[in-house]
Amino acid sequence: MQGKAIKYGDNIDTDVIIPARFLNTSDPKELAEHCMEDLDREFKNKVKEGDILVVGENFGCGSSREHAPLAIKASGISCIIAKSFARIFYRNAINIGLPILESREAVDGIEEGDIVSVDVDNGIIRNVTKGTEFKAQPFPEFIKEIIKYGGLINYVREKVR
Amino acid sequence: MGLTLTQKILSAKAGREVKPGELIEIDVDMVLGNDITAPVAIKEFEKIGVDKVFDNTKIALVPDHFVPSKDIKSAEQVNVMRKFAKKYNIVNFFEVGRMGIEHALLPEQGLVLPGDVVIGADSHTCTYGALTCFATGVGSTDMAAAMATGKAWFKVPEAIKFVLKGNLGKWVSGKDVILYIIGKIGVDGALYKSMEFTGNIKALSIDDRFTIANMAIEAGAKNGIFDFDEITEAYVKKRAKREYKVFERDEDAEYSEVIEINLDDIRPQVAFPHLPENTRSIDEVGKVKIDQVVIGSCTNGRLSDMEIAYRILKGKKVHPDVRLIIFPATQEIYLECVKRGYIEEFIKAGAAVSTPTCGPCLGGHMGVLAKGERALATTNRNFVGRMGHPESEVYLASPAVAAASAIAGYIVSPEEVE
Ligand code: SF4
Repeated sequence: MQGKAIKYGDNIDTDVIIPARFLNTSDPKELAEHCMEDLDREFKNKVKEGDILVVGENFGCGSSREHAPLAIKASGISCIIAKSFARIFYRNAINIGLPILESREAVDGIEEGDIVSVDVDNGIIRNVTKGTEFKAQPFPEFIKEIIKYGGLINYVREKVR
Repeated sequence: MGLTLTQKILSAKAGREVKPGELIEIDVDMVLGNDITAPVAIKEFEKIGVDKVFDNTKIALVPDHFVPSKDIKSAEQVNVMRKFAKKYNIVNFFEVGRMGIEHALLPEQGLVLPGDVVIGADSHTCTYGALTCFATGVGSTDMAAAMATGKAWFKVPEAIKFVLKGNLGKWVSGKDVILYIIGKIGVDGALYKSMEFTGNIKALSIDDRFTIANMAIEAGAKNGIFDFDEITEAYVKKRAKREYKVFERDEDAEYSEVIEINLDDIRPQVAFPHLPENTRSIDEVGKVKIDQVVIGSCTNGRLSDMEIAYRILKGKKVHPDVRLIIFPATQEIYLECVKRGYIEEFIKAGAAVSTPTCGPCLGGHMGVLAKGERALATTNRNFVGRMGHPESEVYLASPAVAAASAIAGYIVSPEEVE
């Protein structure tokens, strides 16, 4: 996958990713309308299908609302690269089949607007604009399995069949 | 190498000794969801294609965030839960008028017990660690999968050990202890890890422990967990309707860090906007004027919290420029407050008292902030826009500081209004 980088800082919490006042729905399209709006009013207009979110430490901290990764995914973001993720966000992203990678070096080496390509299977991140390459920790087998099935629900459906 | 308390519980479930970093899939004893997360989980559950839940007694559905339903959309969400509960005969569905904020309700109802593995599609599920169980927040998809299979996947965490020493000063509570700790280690200080509390835990009531475990997530932790003692036993004995198992950590357990906390050193704490780690001692707060005070939530809506608010507010008046909103966490607590005469004093003092709901805690309803307004709350998060307008502010503190500040009109120590 390849896209333009959209970059934010540390400790981006789920309340700014999708504020609670919009949680009376679980429709991904409606959620995407308000994604990131308390942090960046322009997000909705600047995000294009396939773009890559590049963020700092502890991304997605706060509540367990799956509406947060759902809103990000529905807004068109194809992958998130962070210095670190809050743990519930991390598992939610995997469970809904939104690829995420952790790499401090990659985050420091990518600027807003750079074109970035990602090989999730092998954990390789390329900054196409700058011609640099970074390595993220690839996923353990069990998680690769979930991602291969396109999320936890498909994985469980296969198993209970 | 020995095992931490959390690793002990996870090993028992896995049926073998587990190691930190390892991924395991284990049985869960309770699966929880609320009116925000359960409707999403139910939608996912239907996709799996099973015709029953794994166990209709081990699922708890608690509509608490936007109830009594604040608008049509939220009413529809609760209806999704209600119908699902009927269809699958979910025993633990808690209707309005019989409910409470999930994390106060489940322990009170004896639904979570020592040694359990509990997952909840709500981040503050970690609250139950006060009862020496492994409890952690997950997402809606995890909840859906667990409702079908009775299982969940975890990465076995490392732990930080907090050794408590000394005793709490007057007006200092569990809330101050956890704010103090988060101020020390930061909002990602325990990322992916367990926070294990040991040492002089006798200095802490069970309500103090719930408050501390509740905010483990605010330090990024996977779970918070306390040793089991007579205080835990006294609490669970009268509530448990099934057997439970008491675990102890190994003497030679390995910790990523050991932190000593001297309770005597802790003064009442206040967390400034917009992160729970921005803590200051009450003596360093300065004069911060407030528009609204909120006492309640899964962090501080228990009987002892109501009691301390009552002791401070009795015979006093809420400052004319302040709105004080008090919401007891469960119907049982609410009723006890009525019987003890707390509610009457709250109303005489000029407070608004609400039926149990999450309401103002997440800026849902029952006390949303306008642009530029400032609230002092006994809740657990002060993120941007948490309680309303993105340009409003939330300060976090204990019920004692909150009640005293409601009288003063700005943030003060309870010592000042005594
Ligand atoms: S009281 Fe607040 S923190 Fe607790 S469950 Fe409700 S919304 Fe979440």
